Amino acid sequence: MNQLALHILDIAQNSIRANASLIEIQVKEQPDKDQYSITINDDGHGMSPAQLEQATNPFFTTQTTRKVGLGLPLLKHNAEQTGGHFQLRSDENIGTQLKVSFGFKHIDRPILGDIAGSLLILLSNENNTEIHYSHQTPKGQFEFDSREIKKELDGMPISTPSIRKFLLEMIRENLEQIQISE
Amino acid sequence: MSKVKSLADLKKLKEEVQSKIKLREKGDHPENLIQIKVSMATCGIASGAKDTMNHFIEELDHQGIDALVTQTGCMGFCYAEPTIELTMPGREPVIYGYVDKEKAQEIIDKHIKRNELVDGIIPVSYKTIDE
Repeated sequence: MNQLALHILDIAQNSIRANASLIEIQVKEQPDKDQYSITINDDGHGMSPAQLEQATNPFFTTQTTRKVGLGLPLLKHNAEQTGGHFQLRSDENIGTQLKVSFGFKHIDRPILGDIAGSLLILLSNENNTEIHYSHQTPKGQFEFDSREIKKELDGMPISTPSIRKFLLEMIRENLEQIQISE
Repeated sequence: MSKVKSLADLKKLKEEVQSKIKLREKGDHPENLIQIKVSMATCGIASGAKDTMNHFIEELDHQGIDALVTQTGCMGFCYAEPTIELTMPGREPVIYGYVDKEKAQEIIDKHIKRNELVDGIIPVSYKTIDE
């Protein structure tokens, strides 16, 4: 996967499948420390210690439709090959915390990519899982919360074409304001 | 420079939209709606399911076709990603494999608009070698 936005989309779906009611996604850019980190926390049903141990094994999955589970192994591989770290914690019935970092200036660090598009897809998930996104750069911070959006929309679906377009633009413009890097 | 969009603008837009369109009742006959489910697990995402989904949403909106485009998990056809499941009102769902943008366009033009089946359907009776 060649975009961090795709990794985020992929990993957050795990949280949705774990029946999380809230997923907190945090992206932090620290060029001075040569670090680009992503944290994804959820309050889903979590994993047992045995599952946790196997989570980054590509030949382990909890799904029955196929026999491989590549989401986490791919992310771990991408992070570690840029000199970053990968840390996964989980407590059954409490939730899962994922912390992954990349070498900011490393040539193999994937670009962020279309994060607005990923968030919009996550926002209209079937389980009504709420999403909180925050993005921090040396220039500032942008916060985005699906609960606030839903409150403003008051029942109007996020998938309404003009609303969807507006939200995409809103996220992109705000991220431009804090000068996110690729 | 124009002002950056905020939640207050969202509220305004919502009121505008609301006055223009008659809101569909929540869950009002979803079976009468064209439904497209895009498989959006690791395999799908890595093969470009996000672009496929965006294309469906934008093109259907552009052509004024009312449809429900949602994401779903892995359907088990990882070799044929991106896969979509298309349900026309009152018909059995059909699964298409290898749906890139061009294929998506063909599905909209032929299947959705003229009810002609397009190449690339994965038969539902398909079984893997282990089953």
